[in-house]
Amino acid sequence: MAYLRTHTLPRHLLLAVLAALLLLLLTYLLPPYRNYQLATAGAYVCATAGLTVLVGLTGQLSLGHGALMATGAYAYALVSDKLVDGGTTGIPLLVVSLVAAILATMVVGFVLGLAGARLHGPYLAGLTLTLVIVVPAITTTFAGTLGGDQGLSVTVDPPPVGLGAAFPFERWQAWITLTAAILTVFVLANVVHGRPGRQMRAIRDDEVAARLSGIDVARTKVGAFVLSAATAGLGGGLLAVLTQSVAPGAFSLTFSLFLLMAVVIGGLGSLAGAVWGAILIVVLPDLADSLAEAMPVSSNLAERLDGNLAIGVFGLIVIGVMLAVPGGIQGLLVALVRRLRGRRPAASGPADVGPAGPAAPGPGVDADRPDASGPSGPEPAADPARPRTPSSGSPSTTTE
Amino acid sequence: MPDALLSVRGLTAGYGAAPVLQEVDLEVAPGSIAAVVGANGAGKTTLLRALCGVVGATAGEVRMDGTDLRGVRTQDMVRHGIAHVPEGRGVITELTVEENLRLGHSWRRDKADGRKATAEVFELFEPLARRRKSAGHQLSGGERQMLAVGRALVARPRLLLLDEPSLGLAPKVTAQIMALLRRLRDDTGLTVLLVEQNVRSALSIADTGVVLSLGRVVAATDAATLAADEDLRHTYLGF
Repeated sequence: MAYLRTHTLPRHLLLAVLAALLLLLLTYLLPPYRNYQLATAGAYVCATAGLTVLVGLTGQLSLGHGALMATGAYAYALVSDKLVDGGTTGIPLLVVSLVAAILATMVVGFVLGLAGARLHGPYLAGLTLTLVIVVPAITTTFAGTLGGDQGLSVTVDPPPVGLGAAFPFERWQAWITLTAAILTVFVLANVVHGRPGRQMRAIRDDEVAARLSGIDVARTKVGAFVLSAATAGLGGGLLAVLTQSVAPGAFSLTFSLFLLMAVVIGGLGSLAGAVWGAILIVVLPDLADSLAEAMPVSSNLAERLDGNLAIGVFGLIVIGVMLAVPGGIQGLLVALVRRLRGRRPAASGPADVGPAGPAAPGPGVDADRPDASGPSGPEPAADPARPRTPSSGSPSTTTE
Repeated sequence: MPDALLSVRGLTAGYGAAPVLQEVDLEVAPGSIAAVVGANGAGKTTLLRALCGVVGATAGEVRMDGTDLRGVRTQDMVRHGIAHVPEGRGVITELTVEENLRLGHSWRRDKADGRKATAEVFELFEPLARRRKSAGHQLSGGERQMLAVGRALVARPRLLLLDEPSLGLAPKVTAQIMALLRRLRDDTGLTVLLVEQNVRSALSIADTGVVLSLGRVVAATDAATLAADEDLRHTYLGF
């Protein structure tokens, strides 16, 4: 285990393989509708994981990730349409269209990132917000190509024949999106734990200090935006595969806010948190609807609540999480696991402790340290912005 | 006096219309420690920021080892051998001690030497080595200052700019930091430009001293002379 603690790449690889096996098993256990939900969560994970890196690590607030997903979805629809006309089918159709979705969104992300590197906080939020609002206008303006309000339909081929004639389509969809989700989280985990991740966090914490350390702040910020856009584009392309259609209504402002709220509730800056968030986006509207049905209200009110209650519930949860557990779901889990293990508040995350064991605060030059009394203090609050290991894979890996 | 490592001529800089620094001249000889002292608002921090391009200069010239630094971006200063420990230290609080140090040499291509430089910093600052896995926000003020200096040193600078290293530190800790700067200068030939309000401790280790007042240089001589000049002390430094 010591080897895996110090070597991040093999550790992430192992977690990815474990997550893949577990999810594979799950797709055989779940009924078709649940598989479809799982597939949807997989698509969302791509977007939320990229968003949490952007917002949580570089501190660039994007309210427009729904628009980036829309870009990916439309790019997928347009390119796959051309490919189908050209006779491409099956997995090549899928892969090439997804790559096109990623590339197209990266271009949009690059332009946004250039602006974002010059804008701070609310101004960037405002800019990205504008993007979400113009999506319907763009689809209407170019109705000839983008299909207006109706959107476009997307051809998705049935599962490869090698899987058998009776292979459920939903399971095939789940395989597609979950593969993409695992790849996304794997790549992002390595970015986050490596040099770019450190540079991003340095920029969020202290831009001047980062520049004085030789970090090109503008380039790193643009890079983070492009990376985040790439994963959002992938997520959008996958949504196109799932719904077999693309329409502006699916990428509303509400949806963009959902993505952001999901990332915050899951634990900002944490990839595992992004997974929790994606699951919430799928599960919560369902729960809210059942809640609305169970409530003894007039049919008139119930009708108005339908579909809207989820937003309210989401908002309430965000407020609750901010007040009670700023580290989000993931922060809470990490704290719980540590308490169960009876671990003393170590210097940092459990997996970061080297072979020498928890670093003992030595005497040294710490006369003015406020907590010089030693390690008896309370558990340091889980830092929301630090993606703690054990993370990065699937929910199942949080117990290590 | 040998050719200056850092030479500043007629530097005028500030925020907006009113310049904070006015026609500042300054020379720092290689392998020496220069202390810039002065009261609050004298322009000490602005001077360091202007040297690194964090604050734009409106006039004047800054040369590092003969190279004109005009137009060099802040993030490239470190490539010219200038490391700057900013006001408030600039420790990235959510990164660990080790990660902060890695940040300090992340711009370099020579990874092996970066690791070697990190090991040297841990040797130099033993308390940091013990806390290498601690997050920045868990460190004491003295440890943070060590980390900030350490992060500057892993870039293997020729010139170290320090903005108020004594700020918020116990006198004993300040003395340790100052002694360490002196040792670095003696052992490795590091050149240091130090900005301090703590005049006594700064002049105690410096070779030369510069007094800034309201953005202008009012005295520049060797540190011992400056420390002994009572009139100057009374007029500009308030003790």
